[in-house]
Amino acid sequence: MTAQPLDKPAEESFWLVRQYNRLTLKQRRILMGYVFIMPFILGFLLWWLGPAVVAGWLAFHKWNFLAAPKFVGLFNFNKMLGDPILAQSLRVTIVFSAISVPLGLVFAFFLANLINAKVRFIAIFRTIYFLPSIVPAVANAILWAWLFNTEFGLINYVIRAFGGPKIGWLQDPNWVMLAFVILTVWGVGGSMIIFLAGLQGIPQIFYEAAEIDGAGRWQRLLYVTLPMMSPIIFFNLVIGFINSFQVFVSALLITNGGPQRATLFLVLHIWRTAFSSQKMGYASVLSWLLFAILMLLSFMVFRYIGSRVYYENPGE
Amino acid sequence: MGFSESGSAFVDPKRVARSRTDVFFQWLTLFLLVFFAVVMVTPFIWLLSSSLKTQINIFQYPPQLIPDPFVPENYLYALTYKPFGSYFRNTLIVAGLNVVAVVFTSSFCAYGFARLQFPGRDFWFGIVMATLFLPYAVLLVPSFIIFSRLGWVDTFLPLVVPPFFGGGAFNIFLMRQFFRTIPEEIADAARIDGCSEFGVYWRIMLPLSKPALITIAIFTFLFAWNDLIGPMTYLRSPDNFTIAVGLASFRSQTDIHWDLQLAASTAVTLPVILLFFLAQRYFIQGVVMTGLKG
Repeated sequence: MTAQPLDKPAEESFWLVRQYNRLTLKQRRILMGYVFIMPFILGFLLWWLGPAVVAGWLAFHKWNFLAAPKFVGLFNFNKMLGDPILAQSLRVTIVFSAISVPLGLVFAFFLANLINAKVRFIAIFRTIYFLPSIVPAVANAILWAWLFNTEFGLINYVIRAFGGPKIGWLQDPNWVMLAFVILTVWGVGGSMIIFLAGLQGIPQIFYEAAEIDGAGRWQRLLYVTLPMMSPIIFFNLVIGFINSFQVFVSALLITNGGPQRATLFLVLHIWRTAFSSQKMGYASVLSWLLFAILMLLSFMVFRYIGSRVYYENPGE
Repeated sequence: MGFSESGSAFVDPKRVARSRTDVFFQWLTLFLLVFFAVVMVTPFIWLLSSSLKTQINIFQYPPQLIPDPFVPENYLYALTYKPFGSYFRNTLIVAGLNVVAVVFTSSFCAYGFARLQFPGRDFWFGIVMATLFLPYAVLLVPSFIIFSRLGWVDTFLPLVVPPFFGGGAFNIFLMRQFFRTIPEEIADAARIDGCSEFGVYWRIMLPLSKPALITIAIFTFLFAWNDLIGPMTYLRSPDNFTIAVGLASFRSQTDIHWDLQLAASTAVTLPVILLFFLAQRYFIQGVVMTGLKG
């Protein structure tokens, strides 16, 4: 607390105070602004830019943590282009993202409309629908591994009770992706609540006006709800894509990347490359790849979908 | 539950149905609400039920819904098989420090972004938003190298020091949005009375922002409680494990002891659910504030 607008003469002896008093009002304001955001600036330099530079440097090196890093030029990048495991990992991640994000979005929107209904005990329903999304990731993984258990799991029990086959959810590479989509969709409570808040923010008068003009349920949804909700749909879409590229805990604990690498999600692959195979250089290149994919994805989403979003108060 | 009374117990009398299709849609909504509530709740019931079964009964087909015999001892075995007490203490240390860091530094930075005018502010806020969209998985490998050079591996430092630098983009963003809703006139009045910017932040803005601060405190606590990838990367000796790492290693070592794994999972989930019921308002507020007003 060196800065006091009303200075006492005794404080003039401090060098900092003297310097501060020499500043003009405008300079003081600038200084004060940077003092306040300084923790973030330092954190950005130390924990974001610093690691990014390290990763950039390591990308051209081979390093197993023990020996000194060895410069290998573009070796890691060449390796990336011809790495079948990476190709598989990318395929898994992209397929999962392409299925789970739209599905989760539609389901969350649907549930939000349900819990927006004016019926009694709606608060209880809202709580029940939200709870799955707060289960700790590790506990969630164990729970779903048990639910999908081929012999004794509840899901196969229900399917068999209706005369269906016994499905090897976690053993069959063709089914395991669906299992991951199901457990992801179960936890859409967060985006559901965001949708709900959005739905409640739509002025009732719009629906009344639409009704007077003869709009039915479907038309009200299409021409009032969806346009009014588009910024929120867009937000949930972006967050959904980013989250879908970060699957780690469930892939590690439920299937450990298997069966036959069918759940070797990109972050799990990076983690293993770095900490199981000790290939820090190659792992750095893969981290850059993840970064590039997310940037590209964000750019595309903002460019092609963001431009269709309707904002009622632009500039807010 | 009143279904036989033609819905009078459920349907709000204030909103009287006007036509046949309205009645139909009301019943359809009710049916779907109940159906999905069952879908959402069943895994929890299954978790609880399985966690109370004997090892023999858990491998039974068709499965029992109500465990017979009832084995609450599973919880005792599970939580003493591994030093969950020490995991719990470690998690509280990490989570507690994270909460302190986030509450103070994110609101401090957010005050600068929300209320002070200076060149470069929007540039730096743009960077805040950029880091918001970058998951920390991207930085995991290079951060690990930096922290291992600092000699911080197998200490709590990599998990508790970074939050003191700004407390994360998400929290800065959330606090900034909240500060912008507080009338500037209050701060101006304080300034006229001789209050410095620090004073405005500390004596005016923080006390007025309690709901938002509680919200970010809860989310930070939950994140620390749930996070696996950070502690798993940095913590090596079992003495330092947090609950998430402890539970994960418990799973890998007790392969077929589903009864114990599920008991431990339930025990780890219960505090979170309890916290939710105690602070439901702040949960919802936090989720909503991130999504709206963007």
